[in-house]
Amino acid sequence: MAKTEGARISDGGSGAGALDLYRAMVRIRAFEDEMQRLFLRGEVHGTVHLYTGQEACAVGVCSALIPGDQVAATYRGHGAALAMGTEPRALAAELMGRSTGVCGGRAGSMNVVDREHGLIGCFGIVGGSIAAATGAALALRRSGGVAVAFFGDGAANHGYFHECLNFASVQRLPVVFVCENNLYGEFTPMAAVTAGGDIRARAAGYAMPAEKVDGNDVATVRAVADRAIDHARRGDGPAFLECLTYRHVGHSKTDPGSYRPPGELQQWLERDPLIVAAAALAEAGVDASEIDDCATAARADVAAEVAAAVSDPYPDPSVPVAEYA
Amino acid sequence: MSTDLRTAVRDALAAEMRRDDRVVLFGEDIAAAGGVFKATPGLSEEFGPERVFDTPISELALAGAAFGCAVSGLRPVVEIMFGDFMALAMDSLINQSAKYWYMSNEQGTAPLVIRCAVGGGGRFGAVHSQTPATWLQGIPGLKIAAPAFPDDARGLIEAAVRDENPVVVLEHKRLYPVTGEVGAAPVAIGSARVVRRGADVTIVSAMRGVHDALGAAETLAASGVEAEVIDLRSLRPLDLATVVESVSRTTRLVAVEEGPQLGGWASGLVGAVAEAALGELDDVWTLTTPDTPIPYSPVLEDAYLPDAGAIASSVLARLSVGGPV
Repeated sequence: MAKTEGARISDGGSGAGALDLYRAMVRIRAFEDEMQRLFLRGEVHGTVHLYTGQEACAVGVCSALIPGDQVAATYRGHGAALAMGTEPRALAAELMGRSTGVCGGRAGSMNVVDREHGLIGCFGIVGGSIAAATGAALALRRSGGVAVAFFGDGAANHGYFHECLNFASVQRLPVVFVCENNLYGEFTPMAAVTAGGDIRARAAGYAMPAEKVDGNDVATVRAVADRAIDHARRGDGPAFLECLTYRHVGHSKTDPGSYRPPGELQQWLERDPLIVAAAALAEAGVDASEIDDCATAARADVAAEVAAAVSDPYPDPSVPVAEYA
Repeated sequence: MSTDLRTAVRDALAAEMRRDDRVVLFGEDIAAAGGVFKATPGLSEEFGPERVFDTPISELALAGAAFGCAVSGLRPVVEIMFGDFMALAMDSLINQSAKYWYMSNEQGTAPLVIRCAVGGGGRFGAVHSQTPATWLQGIPGLKIAAPAFPDDARGLIEAAVRDENPVVVLEHKRLYPVTGEVGAAPVAIGSARVVRRGADVTIVSAMRGVHDALGAAETLAASGVEAEVIDLRSLRPLDLATVVESVSRTTRLVAVEEGPQLGGWASGLVGAVAEAALGELDDVWTLTTPDTPIPYSPVLEDAYLPDAGAIASSVLARLSVGGPV
């Protein structure tokens, strides 16, 4: 499977491109399934925030970027990392604290950095990604690049959200703010803590184009991401996407998600972004066997990479830490 | 050339901006108004609005944008108007900037500078007079510069802009009008300087405290006590070697800090010197402020701050307790 390299996979509207987007989502799903398994085995430490169910957001947006663009993601960032081209083996090794990890085992799940693939970081504190991308855009406006911030609905109540959207707008920075609204900030329903209930409208108040879309349909996300990214790259300032989505799992490994009303998860499982994408592929005339083969191969590829990472070495604590001289 | 510290800061920033077009300046009222403390006049005129610009009153966004553009290729110098406002900027500084080099496994650095005006004596009250050095001193990956003289302000700002690590430059409000010769020699962050030689006691301080220590040394000389005065110039890293060398000759050390003793840099320094050179010491102590917020009333504030008279009295009292010199 070719890496996305942070580059356009291809036009999301064409049959071939859609299959690539589908494959990228399956890889994330397979990776998260592997991490869940490894966490339960004690190989992944601390906590882990799985991206399961939200794959269309990262894949739809990141596939629209070109080399030189930069992404800041959240502690639920495995999807963004993989969508930007981070190797599953290096990401898995990072989560297992191995020396071959993308950050040598120093960062862990919540703080992954992969500059080679345009991931300036995943940010362990809500809202940090918004500021990081805003600042990156200050640099990227010199080079024609675009910065993307991923964040959740919870971050819409954070000072970073309001300060940085305003800052980016008055500076007309080339940044796209992508709110992955999965309806819960940790364990708390968005409606209980979000006045007005409309995050898109908040962004519109900061004088930028702002759209609210089905975040489980990768083709839709890709289409609006294209528009938003083009807007930013043209020099017309920031743009905002609110992607409505849902995590199929709890907030983190200690959370069974029991606060969800009965039936809600089932409704969203029926709108699983993988099912939505596969149905769209079938409707576009792609053979069912080709879709299945694509998914099977993607899962096998990720499983092999993760299996390799399990055998990777731990870092040597006796190696001194290099200060930047 | 003799100039005041305020002008030394401005001239150093201008020189660094001419040398390196990656250097950008932003902050509240720094461009059109030239800074609340008038440390940046004329820079927006010389370098234009892409490199020197005013921001919203948004310290989260300021510090976050500094991080984001620093890891993306710029070398931002941000002014946080009063050091007290660093409380708002600390997430980006502590959780993102200071950890980036280490946590990314040395993929990238966060070469940013935050300048802020600090210190009491200006009758600004408890939340515009603090010195945030000790809020930051325990953070690996950060550097803290704290000049007392115009030439050190020049040299430390040059060093800070060129440093790959995030650096906080503390500019004491009562030192902006202080004049002195300004040269061109490099000043390394983390290097202290003996500013007065003496055989009987070592007085260590930083920023305004250095001038108070020099004043005290004059008073003490009239009483037959020769004080050595060390200007730390940086509070992280701490130049312990210069202090230990000094006390190996004087055997007595007082660290004078404009801040409370508990959790202060002075008590940390004294502890480190004792650990390194207990056998050399006849006496060691700190002179700090009362353990209260900084008062507003001139009468109360003057009594609160350690000044030259307090330092001289403290030394004489300790010497009499400790026996004849």
